Amino acid sequence: MTPRLTELWVYLSASPLLGLTLTLVAYQAAFWLYKRAGFHPLANPVMLAIAMVATVLALSNMDYRTYFDGAQFVHFLLGPATVALAIPLYAQWSKLKALAGPLMIALFVGSLTAALSAYGIGALLGASQPSLMSLAPKSVTMPIAMAVAEPLGGLPALAAAMVMLTGVLGAIGAPYLYRWLRIEDHAIRGFAIGLASHGIGTARAFQVSEQAGAFAALAMGLNGLLTAVSLPWIMPWLERLFGH
Amino acid sequence: MIAALTLLLVFQLAGEVIARGLGLPVPGPVIGMALLFLALLLRGGPSENVRQTAGNLLQHLSLLFIPAGTGIVLYGELIAAEWLPLAAALVGSTFLAIIVTALVLNALVKRRKANEEAQS
Repeated sequence: MTPRLTELWVYLSASPLLGLTLTLVAYQAAFWLYKRAGFHPLANPVMLAIAMVATVLALSNMDYRTYFDGAQFVHFLLGPATVALAIPLYAQWSKLKALAGPLMIALFVGSLTAALSAYGIGALLGASQPSLMSLAPKSVTMPIAMAVAEPLGGLPALAAAMVMLTGVLGAIGAPYLYRWLRIEDHAIRGFAIGLASHGIGTARAFQVSEQAGAFAALAMGLNGLLTAVSLPWIMPWLERLFGH
Repeated sequence: MIAALTLLLVFQLAGEVIARGLGLPVPGPVIGMALLFLALLLRGGPSENVRQTAGNLLQHLSLLFIPAGTGIVLYGELIAAEWLPLAAALVGSTFLAIIVTALVLNALVKRRKANEEAQS
């Protein structure tokens, strides 16, 4: 690079402008592709955009921390967006209330299935103990999963990665599973994807309908709560069962 | 839009204060969501302005996961070391959780509808 270009790069890589712009441009490009693909689940915009940003970081040798310094402005909006979920919840309140009993039962069964099957499959295939404890809370929103994994002997960073992958997998897989199971009700579709795939599943649900989004948001919130309370005492019991 | 954003931030802040103050295991924004929901019940619904801003924000919820999601590049080695059990557990358990939740809920909703029809 010429000295001038080097100087420009030094300036840009130290300013938040680059990371922020990169995030927004990657999202626009990913969303354009998603739209062109007729909102096909395999063209999931979160996955596409992450792949684009990761590629740019690798090619430009920019480290993730530098990128995040800029991108944190977008990341910060997750807080107000979570608060904003109250609005669709309110709009769907009468339907949610009418289904309160079935939703609670599905929540308990689904939440237990997510944690037990992640632990069980991992244990049978010989995953290490810290990995198993990082897998168990993978269906819930990232801050809860990291906080639950750590005191159990899991690695918060690995737990965060598992949460991300679970979100993308659920958003991609759920539409196929629903077609296979012949489930059409948006309330049911939304609730199951929100329970299993937290915010990324909820993002997909909102692209389908407000009703699916509201049920996904409710499932995400309730499963986060239930997992935070229940896993700390389920896990020691599971460990004894699998003889680790 | 600014007024609505202010409202969301005020509720997030209140949620954060409660979560940390009481040492709850739930993130502040989730408490903030519950508080705003209660406020909406008391007030009888959101204003048009708040409804629109929330709608815009949630329509692009995917965007907000990109910065944290890209963090996966840091854990490549960690994941590669045990990729087979991790991949199997991720795919198996995510799909199982969706299938079980959807089937249980579907069965309960159908049973309830059948009961209602039998009564009427």
